[in-house]
Amino acid sequence: MATTAGLFDDSFIPVQGGAAIPVEDIAPWAVLGTLLALIFLYFVSTEQGAFALFQGTYVHEFVHDGRHLLGFPCH
Amino acid sequence: MLAGILAALLATLFARAFAEPQIDLAIGVEQSHSAHHMSAPHGGGSTVSEPEEEVVSRSTQKGAGLLTALALYGAAVGGIFAIVFAYGYGRFGAIGPRSLALLMAGLVFLLVVVVPAIKYPQTPPAVGKHETVGLRTAAYFAMIALSLGAAAIAGKVRAALASRSGRGFDATLLALGAYAAIVGLGQLLLPTIDEVPADFPATLLWNFRIASIATQLLMWTTIGIAFGLWAERVLKRQRG
Repeated sequence: MATTAGLFDDSFIPVQGGAAIPVEDIAPWAVLGTLLALIFLYFVSTEQGAFALFQGTYVHEFVHDGRHLLGFPCH
Repeated sequence: MLAGILAALLATLFARAFAEPQIDLAIGVEQSHSAHHMSAPHGGGSTVSEPEEEVVSRSTQKGAGLLTALALYGAAVGGIFAIVFAYGYGRFGAIGPRSLALLMAGLVFLLVVVVPAIKYPQTPPAVGKHETVGLRTAAYFAMIALSLGAAAIAGKVRAALASRSGRGFDATLLALGAYAAIVGLGQLLLPTIDEVPADFPATLLWNFRIASIATQLLMWTTIGIAFGLWAERVLKRQRG
């Protein structure tokens, strides 16, 4: 008797209206999300490091530890 | 109507992906973090990293600053993850939502964290020169882009080979080889950066890098599992 379950045994659940979500439905979200994400990432990774929009080093110092820990280049 | 459902779906997925890493990371990261900073003071030239007057106190950096940095990072990668998941779900065979999310997270960890780190490993404070931060940043992002680009090419190669020869396994092997070749070549061409001070303790460096990679691993594992659970719920609800 088969008592072993598959490693990945969660079943596929179809999305309403088809197997996959149409690209046209994703596109606006993709643009918005990517833009937001890039801004976030910029501030965490690069602001007041390689480039600077604001004077001073406050942003840099504030996220300093995270920057190091996530592997972004830093002084 | 479909758009409305999708909007709700993505919004919920977003929220989950945004909130979840923040909560878990605040705990998990703080530990690895405090571990590396407790050892930093006797880490030789660690004072080099601190500016003359402290703009933000160490405790703020450790607490709120770190949390903000990781939260923003988690939110950003979580958002992109949600978009890629929405695209990929149902497009790469009938893989369940939880499996797909976890596989995706594992793949991203490998492509974005591990592979670039082979060439440009994470550096603790006190390692790296001020003057070269521009070059190092550019090289680091180039390495990530190279890794992702190579993976995209490898995916195309696999699809093309598999449809022509019908041998999925061989196609996968060749695609992996193509990825390794592209990344290997890129790593040879990108500038080498060696700025670890001679007197910097090797153990501290090692510990920091382990902590850093563990942080990323925790982050991506959390995204993969939490996102999968949430996506499964949303998918079940919209069907039922």
